[in-house]
Order: sequence, then structure tokens, then C-alpha cells
Amino acid sequence: MNLDKIFLDQGSGGRSSRELIEKLFIPKFKNSYLNELNDSAVFELGGAKLALTTDSFVVDPIFFPGGDIGSLAVCGTVNDLAMRGARPCYLSAGFIIEEGFLIKDLEQILFSMEKIAREADIQIVTGDTKVVPKGAADKIFINTSGIGLVPLHIDIAGQNAKPGDAVLISGNIGDHGMTILSSREGLFLDSLLKSDVSPLNHMVQKMLKTGSEIHVLRDPTRGGLATTLNEIAFQSQVGIEVFQEAIPIHESVLAASEILGLDPLNMANEGKLVAVLPEIYAETVLAAMKETSYGSGAALIGWVKAENPGKVIMKTAIGGKRLIDMPAGEQLPRIC
Amino acid sequence: MKHLSEYRNKDMAQKLVSAIRALSNTPVRLMEVCGSHTVSIFRHGIRQMLPKTVKLVSGPGCPVCVTAGAEIDRAVMLAGYKDVIITTFGDMIRIPGSSSSLQKERAMGADIRMVYSSFDALKTACENPGKKIVFLAIGFETTAPAIAATILEAKRMELNNFFILAAHKLLPPALTALLNLDRINIQGFIYPGHVTTIIGTSSYEMIAGKYGIPGVVCGFEPVDILETILMLIRQIEKGKSKVEIQYKRGVTATGNPRAMEILNQVFTTCDSCWRGLGLMPESGLTLREEYKSFAAEDYFDLTVPTAKDHRDCQCGEVICGNKTPVECKLYRKVCSPVSPMGPCMVSTEGTCAAYYKYNN
Repeated sequence: MNLDKIFLDQGSGGRSSRELIEKLFIPKFKNSYLNELNDSAVFELGGAKLALTTDSFVVDPIFFPGGDIGSLAVCGTVNDLAMRGARPCYLSAGFIIEEGFLIKDLEQILFSMEKIAREADIQIVTGDTKVVPKGAADKIFINTSGIGLVPLHIDIAGQNAKPGDAVLISGNIGDHGMTILSSREGLFLDSLLKSDVSPLNHMVQKMLKTGSEIHVLRDPTRGGLATTLNEIAFQSQVGIEVFQEAIPIHESVLAASEILGLDPLNMANEGKLVAVLPEIYAETVLAAMKETSYGSGAALIGWVKAENPGKVIMKTAIGGKRLIDMPAGEQLPRIC
Repeated sequence: MKHLSEYRNKDMAQKLVSAIRALSNTPVRLMEVCGSHTVSIFRHGIRQMLPKTVKLVSGPGCPVCVTAGAEIDRAVMLAGYKDVIITTFGDMIRIPGSSSSLQKERAMGADIRMVYSSFDALKTACENPGKKIVFLAIGFETTAPAIAATILEAKRMELNNFFILAAHKLLPPALTALLNLDRINIQGFIYPGHVTTIIGTSSYEMIAGKYGIPGVVCGFEPVDILETILMLIRQIEKGKSKVEIQYKRGVTATGNPRAMEILNQVFTTCDSCWRGLGLMPESGLTLREEYKSFAAEDYFDLTVPTAKDHRDCQCGEVICGNKTPVECKLYRKVCSPVSPMGPCMVSTEGTCAAYYKYNN
């Protein structure tokens, strides 16, 4: 990787982003929490087990069918906390706003943030606002950080997948990525599709309440399901085998992907999770997911294997087999 | 999508695979000419389903992969001009030229924008009257008519800030050149459905007649590809060399005369340099005299030194079907989709990228 300049690819969430983090950030800040590369860092502090995470949002367009940059900023951080089994509690929000930005648009964004915060049962308790000259930022960028409480007995992390585990997804993949692409490029899907942006913490709590053991939870955001499965396979040093026919995809996403030559497996989701758990709990957890509004389309999509550690294999619908690789770089720039 | 699922039907696919297995005795190498076929073959895991007697090799049908180094160098040079906005299909952005790429130029401040259609580039020209907009016109006969239509529209609008850097390639001359190489070892062609919707099948008839190599025009779904392979095996086992159309829902023998008419109205053939195949007479397209005012190479000074490809890059051999990516010593070691050394690793339709992505 050429490291004298930053390329857009390195913000794509795929292999290029990973290389940038591993080559530049980890060596500088290295510690046991960061090195795990999980959605949130989990640590004990004053007898409590806490999850801490941060995320920045630069999506273009800022308003899109199903949500806006505000709902994305709250959901993204709430979900990253939930993916460690945490109950999200408090969020911070930082705004970088371009000079000339409309107050009514800012109000709309804040309204969305408040609405999602209420739904997710969290509070935004601190924040920061900066205004930069025209052209120094693109309309508005938002950073949110969040803190959540993890029950002491819970250990959910990317490195915990075991051979024999079932792999579940909470619903259709690619809705967010295709919606953003469609609204940005003026494609034909606006009326058919909306972003899946949603807080998943209540669904995770329902899954945990079944008393089932859950090894890994992860939300397949930038880089899509392909990246998430590859990360889990790599972190846990296991193979993952998925069935093409079992992966739920909205017809419009599938059709548009075919037309545009894109792969829904690489497309961002903002309201989906992947769960990896022992086979004996799969049915119970799947049923719990299906009872929730954001998990009604949940499905079992594959299994964790001891063979091919670090690799994700797909059994294709026509009976062939192929590798699912992590996307290299930008497929759709700046989607979240 | 019902239509699509028909062509991804498991039972149908399995029946076709059984028929291929039953019929295939002679070892054959079939070339899928088109990059979209290469990707479909990998995406659906078709190679592993075929008997050992049937080998699929990828051909010169990925427009990004056959774009010569000098053409990339000219685009990079254009990016350095003041007040220029380069508009391009996404895949071109990461292709390494001799010393830079459009991606690197963009990181250094050049205005390079990805578009989905040449008409988007035209829109950019209308919205930025103070800038000069150059569209990188690459692709085969499939994309050329749309770009010709864009030029006609630009002329009608009397735009004087819109240009194209024409690097179009024509498929039939490339196939002929390929067949004239001594080292070629191909017993059948899987012809590209989309190019054929435009050009028809007449040039394939010539190939079948002169070189005795059968060909089938193929759709892009797995059942299409398996049926095409079966049709080719059937011909080869019977010693026939005909041109057949499997992709009947999209292709007729006569092609699309209206699209060809627009193409020929705006463009004329020219000699063109292909990566892997070198300079081939009458294998590219250039703007006709009356549309020359839209030619970027005439407006800007784009003289570049002879392009340097990476010494060990085997993209040329891969494009001709003589080598597979794994036979290249750069593959996976220093050449990957993150840092591609040659064009076959950059384009999503490139053979090396498909090997890397789907066939580890």
C-alpha cells in the first residue's frame, strides 16, 4: 500500500481501510482493547463492565429515503455498543457544519436524532459544535461516541466464533447502500427502497433474554456482509460457509445490483446484525429476532467450520462454490 | 426477478452439467471473450462444476484491461491541466499508468469524477461552463453508440467545453489478431451477448469459416453459460464449426443497425494499441472530422513518453488466454486489488481480480 497520500478507498471499510488501521493506527496506539478491532472496546471500570465506541458520519446525501445523517449517527453508535451485548446508555454528539448550512435542515437532523434516541432509550448528554468556512466541509459531518453497560457474564466479540456455530442475519441486506446510491445518482429506486437505518439494541436485549449463549454479534455496515463475515472468520480463525439462496435480499436491490454490476454482499446496512452462536440456540434466537420489528426477516444463512480458517465460502444457488472476499476498496464512496 | 431466477435454476443447471459430462470426451479449451462472462463464471462457481475435459480461459473482452498504458498516461496528463474535470467510469480510476494513476492524481487535487453514463458527463459540462470536461471514452461496441449519441447531443447544444478522450476498441479485429498468434490454443468461443446485440454475428461467421472454430453467443446467467458450453461441446464432438445464438432473448444475427448507424456517423475506425496484443490496424474508434472539435487529444497537448508496464506483469498473456493469473509471479504477492500492478487486477471484470476475489 502506498502510504504517502490518503485515497478514498481507505475509507471504504474494506481491505484498504483495514490496512490503513493496521499499518498506521494500531502501532501508534497499541493496547489490548484496540488490538481486538471490535465494534466497541469493552473494559472494567470501578466494578462495572463498560462498552465504549465512536463513529463519524459523512454521508452524502444527508437526507435519504428512510432516514438522514442524524438517525444514522445515533443508530451507528447505539448498534456498535449493542454488538458487544451492551445496553447503550449515553451518547455524545459532535457537529462540524459548513458555513451557509440551512438552520431548518439542522433542525430536521436534530429532530431525527432525538426521535431515535427516544426509541433506543438513550440520552445525548454532551456535545460540540464547530462551523467551518464554505468548502472546508461538505454540508455537515457528525461524530457520535457512546457508552453502555455490559452484564458481567456477557462476552460477545469477533474472536469468539467456534466451528459448528450457526450464522444468522436479521433481514434483507444491501437496502441502505442501494438507497444511498439511488438517491445520490438519481436512479429509479427511490419509491421502492428505503434505508434500513434503525437501532438494534432492543432486539439484542430480546436475543440475550432467551438465555442463549451468543458468541459474536456484528452489524454489517460499510463493506457489507462480505466484510463482516471475513472479519469474523479472520478474528476467530475459523471458516464460514454460507448458502446463497438463504441470504435475504430485496428484489429491487438484487435487480439494481445486476444492472449496475455491484454485489449486495458488499453493500452497507445500517439496521442489520449478524449473530454467530451454538447450533442448539439457533432456533430460539431466530424466533426471538423474528418477533421484533427490525428482525422479522431474520434467517439462518450458514455455518462456522474448522476448515479453511480465515475464509468465507459461498455455496451458490446453482450448486457451485466460490470464495467471498473482503471488498478491496471503494465500491460506493461515502455511504455512511 | 422471476425472469432472472429462471436462469439461475438449480435443477436446470445440474441437468446441463450432467449433459456436458456425458457428451464431453475430447479435452477442450473454450474462451469466454467477455469480462462479464468471466465474472459470472466465477460468481456462480461454474468452473468447479465442469468435467476435467472442459477448460475455460478468459479472453480480451474486458475494456479496462485492454486499455493501453499510454492511454492511461494521457488521462493522467489531462488531470494535470488547469480547469479540467475528468469524468470516467469507476474502474479506470485505479489503473496504474507509467508513473501515476487517476486515483493518485485525485488525491493530489485533480477534479476526477465517477459517472455512470456519458450523458452524466455532458450534464457536468452544462453545469460547469468555466471548466473543460473530458470524458474517458473506453469500451467496446456496446458503449460506443451511447457515447456517439452524447457527442451528437453536445454538437446540438453547441457545447465548447465538452471533450472525449477516445480509447474505444473493436472486438472482431482483436479476435482475428488473437487467432493469428502462433501460440493460441482455443477450440471454441463463448461470444459476448451484449456486444453482439449491437454488431450481430457476421464477424463470427468469418472466424468459424476461416479458422474452423465454433462459437456460441451467450447470455450472462449461469444457465445461459452452461447451455452455451453444452452447445459448443456438441459441435466440437461432431467436428462442426458453426456460429449459434444461445442468447436469443437479446441477440439477432443482424444486431442493431440503428446503433451501428449512430456509431458510424460519429466515429471512424483507426489503428489502436491494445494491452497484450499491441498495435492492431483498424481496431479502435476515433471521432470523424466533423466531430473533431470534441477530441481531447486535439485540444490538449497529450504527448506522452512510451508507456512502461511493470516488467513482470503478465496481463498481456492473461488477456490472450495463454496464462492464468496464478502463473504470474506478481499475483497475490505484490499485485492485489488493493495495489494492482496491471489492469487485469483493477477492473471488476478483469481475470486477475476475478481469480483473486472468487477463487482463492
